Amino acid sequence: MTFRKPTGGEIDRHTLLRFTFNGVEYTGHPGDTLASALLANGVHEIGSSVKLGRPRGIVAAGSEDPTSLVQIEAPFPEPMLLATTVELYDGLVARGLAGQGRLAPEPDPARYDAKHEHCDVLVVGAGPAGLVAALTAARSGARVVLLDEQNQAGGALLGVDEYLDDRPSAEWVGDIVAELRTTPGVLVLERTTAFGMYQDGFVLALQKRTDHLGFAAPAGVARQRVWRIRTKQTVLATGAHERPVVFADNDRPGIMLASSARTFLHRYGVLPGSRAVVFTTNDSAYCAAIDLAESGVDIALIADARPDAPARLATECAARGIEVRAGQVVTGTEGPGRVTAVSIGDTRIECDTLLVSGGWNPVVSLFSQARGKLRYDTELGAFVPGEELDTVRAAGSATGELDLNACARQGREAGSAAAAAAGFTPGGQVPLPVSDSRCTSRSGLVVWRVPGADDASFVDLQRDSTVADVLRATGAGLRSLEHIKRYTTIGTAHDQGKTSGMIAAGIVAEALGVELAEQRPTTFRPPYTSVSFAALAGRDRGELHDPVRVTAIHPWHVANGALFEDVGQWKRPWYYPKPGEDLHTAVLRECRATRESVGMMDGSTLGKIDVQGRDAGRFLDMLYTNMMSTLKVGRIRYGVMCGVDGMVIDDGTVIRVGEERYLVTTTTGNAAKILDWMEEWLQTEWPHLDVHCASVTEHWATIPLVGPRSRDVLAAVAPDLDVSNEAFEFMTWHDTHVAGVPARVCRISFSGELAYEINVTAWYGLAVWEALMAAGEKYGITPYGTETMHVLRAEKGYPIIGQETDATVTPQDLGMSWAVSKKKPDFIGKRSFARVENNRTDRKQLVGLLPVDPTVLLPEGSQIVETDRLPEPPVRMLGHVTSSYPSAALGRTFALALVRSGHERIGETLYVPYEDSLVPVTVTDSVLYDKEGARRDG
Amino acid sequence: MTAEPTSPLAGWTDRLAALAPALIVAERPYRSQLTVRVSDPDAVAAMGSALGVAFPPVPCTFSAGSGPFGDVEVLWLGPDEFLVVAPPGLQTEIEEVLRGALGSHRGSVVDTSAQRTTVVLEGPHVRDVLAHGCSVDLHPSSAPTGTCVQTLLARTGIVLQVTGADTFTVLVRSSFAEYLAAWLSDACVEYGVAS
Repeated sequence: MTFRKPTGGEIDRHTLLRFTFNGVEYTGHPGDTLASALLANGVHEIGSSVKLGRPRGIVAAGSEDPTSLVQIEAPFPEPMLLATTVELYDGLVARGLAGQGRLAPEPDPARYDAKHEHCDVLVVGAGPAGLVAALTAARSGARVVLLDEQNQAGGALLGVDEYLDDRPSAEWVGDIVAELRTTPGVLVLERTTAFGMYQDGFVLALQKRTDHLGFAAPAGVARQRVWRIRTKQTVLATGAHERPVVFADNDRPGIMLASSARTFLHRYGVLPGSRAVVFTTNDSAYCAAIDLAESGVDIALIADARPDAPARLATECAARGIEVRAGQVVTGTEGPGRVTAVSIGDTRIECDTLLVSGGWNPVVSLFSQARGKLRYDTELGAFVPGEELDTVRAAGSATGELDLNACARQGREAGSAAAAAAGFTPGGQVPLPVSDSRCTSRSGLVVWRVPGADDASFVDLQRDSTVADVLRATGAGLRSLEHIKRYTTIGTAHDQGKTSGMIAAGIVAEALGVELAEQRPTTFRPPYTSVSFAALAGRDRGELHDPVRVTAIHPWHVANGALFEDVGQWKRPWYYPKPGEDLHTAVLRECRATRESVGMMDGSTLGKIDVQGRDAGRFLDMLYTNMMSTLKVGRIRYGVMCGVDGMVIDDGTVIRVGEERYLVTTTTGNAAKILDWMEEWLQTEWPHLDVHCASVTEHWATIPLVGPRSRDVLAAVAPDLDVSNEAFEFMTWHDTHVAGVPARVCRISFSGELAYEINVTAWYGLAVWEALMAAGEKYGITPYGTETMHVLRAEKGYPIIGQETDATVTPQDLGMSWAVSKKKPDFIGKRSFARVENNRTDRKQLVGLLPVDPTVLLPEGSQIVETDRLPEPPVRMLGHVTSSYPSAALGRTFALALVRSGHERIGETLYVPYEDSLVPVTVTDSVLYDKEGARRDG
Repeated sequence: MTAEPTSPLAGWTDRLAALAPALIVAERPYRSQLTVRVSDPDAVAAMGSALGVAFPPVPCTFSAGSGPFGDVEVLWLGPDEFLVVAPPGLQTEIEEVLRGALGSHRGSVVDTSAQRTTVVLEGPHVRDVLAHGCSVDLHPSSAPTGTCVQTLLARTGIVLQVTGADTFTVLVRSSFAEYLAAWLSDACVEYGVAS
């Protein structure tokens, strides 16, 4: 049997759309939602409830619906969509849910994006108030954005058959939209829901761009778009939702909001059933009853909770043979699934549909999100905007106004005021429409619930939360709506309590015997409707998820088989495996080649900061623990930086470029942080210093050339440079040409070997790298990555900031008292070194660990204990392993560790719990290779 | 032996060209760029005369002109920070000239030529593409030709210049250039470019 009328509605009856729901094939038409198509096929039962498994149907026609959650299975799995907001397309496969859906296991092939938009006046909602507001603002010349969540403008007019100014309302709507679309500077977006309103006129909206096209959606077009709108002024014409009344067994399929049934009738040409009972507390349901009766639905009875039925409407009903009983309420329903009968006191009436209206809740979510105060309107039984905001105005039924002409007037006033506040003078006045509607009276009765079986009287149908749950909460002593919301979970489902929140507040007020006007409503929070993570992610996924930073030499690393390590956003070569090599064999080879001949790595990611000015030396003296101002031009010094707490935050080299100019290097991960640190001190504490800093990290490509044959390789490519040890001393630099390119070569070593660091303008990094590779070929020059760098420096006991340190480690703990000046009157961290805590002899100090069994590789992070047997807990932990590697140079494994009183323990045996045993380790000095420094000069 | 330079987007030339006509994108590599910190008005004026281009007096703008170093632009980056951009190969000379103009005033001049690369964008969709990742209002009434801002495009910092009715210049840190190119390519799919 079809419940589709032969005519009427915004649907295309000439086109059939096939779809499958709960395994059964149906048809519908373009213009349908999944819900309207199901109702046209007589399907009311959608799914079952999340906790109790009770059958549930369709309560509303839009996004306020609490129950019609479906899982889309095709074209692509998508959970938790409302049948009432899914536009029908050919081939749709869906099924009803019991509260929870499933995400697709495979990646979503659709595209998602975001777009920033700026305007003078944003209007949310394209109903009568919003349309007039937008046009009024647009005629003033303001940049206007008009958003509406439906696929066409009109708002509440889409669900009625009103005439405006003696012509169908659609014509009036069409004229306004047409003018808006042709006005420059106006953007009209359908299928777009403003879901979040934030400070300073920032509004987020989700546009569903191709969802409704289903399988036919073009692949290149973003399916959904998050609009990030910044507006000067906002008009919220968000309308109102009809409110149900709670009674026993109020959750059966076939029980629907009266205005929603009217919407299904007029917008989709669908009848909700054959025989309906109407239960109302106000006038608006009469219009639904009369319209449905005229379309052939048998209206068995209108039960009006008010003591007197409205005379004019009662007369109209009588003329159509509709019985109206005043002072009556629905006390229960029956049915195996869908409702089959309704009880009104002692009367039992058979029916297949029950239409309910408990009045109207203005949609104040965005107003509340904008920090607007809400006021309880006793006549309406709802919260309404309670104040004027400088930049946000409400208009239309969002304010509680239900008369169309008055709503449009509010829209015009709000649009005009918003445009004026944004600096625009009014243009041509928009005429206000006059409606022929019968139902505009506000004279409703506020009824939250009909007393009855509390545990079957559902407040939040999606959460299966009942009146009994609310009373249990108040009985337990809860008084705040916020607490009761969390205790009962009412209003926490996909619909965020659009139909249940106000009723819950009313029942709580009744139970506590307090006035609702004195209750604070629960806070409205984004999102207003559900937004998928895919939409929020937009195009920030896959390779665009986070920027990948690469050096100028990166293409060579890729071409030569490097595996990469992520260091912050940088991709750094980790190691370069040859066929058949794993990490360990490759790294042992790279280490051996470097120590025995020559190796080379890409050090371009190292942070580099140019420090200039008359006070540059003074400034660096304050930043580093050691003295920098005494460094001579042409020389280089290693330095340590501490925070004000005296803990190491970074280290690196300082090159004195000129009398008033230095080049500072930082660790890769701290480049931006250290520049900020410098700027913070310069701008807040020492603005008198004549110093300026500039990042030059990416201006330079940096290539450490390391190993006993590095001098030979450098000599081959830098013919102008005297590379002899006498002419080019350790910790000095020279400007020269390398491979014909201007270069700054520094003699710095992070491995203990003879080493140079070649710096060229980044454009030449790749070419110079290749020239060095060619020049080093006869020495077996070996490119190495971060892993080999770590091993080489660890063999020399050089710490890595962030690996050996964790913001609790001082330079002294690292054995670097030599880098802490005793002469300087002050520097950052100095004061802390005098603290008792910093002078304890049992601080954790950096030492080397040699497992007694030279093949055992300790896991980094392992704890260290004193005894070869674990005592009863708590076990005293002496420290932990910070670095651990097999070493080609040492022919064994080794580790670095932070150990309590470590410096005093050198020579002791300690134990590392590893798997099921305690591994004995010998504590050593942190320098394990070439303690004499014999290799430094080659 | 003399090494040849490689620009940050050298490997992207063809892919960026394929974005036309949705978006005409081209890298302008190797330009001379100098980061200048200066606040003394006399020093600012002296630097302007040395370049033949007055420094921009208004925040969030750039000035352009021609002088001894050819076509030069001066970009306002902060209250006392400017970026001088000139044709390739002139950075050493310009650094010297600016240092001379700075004289004994507080300030600094740093060669940052390779720190950023330049990407020129043009076409009818250029504002749309940028609006997918840039929160600055690029409407001509709000960002007329001559505008210059430091901002974010998607997840990378950029310096953005409005250089004409439908033309923009983006300066991006060299290490982020390939991310920017990949992002632009993806954003152009919406405007008819094959993904």
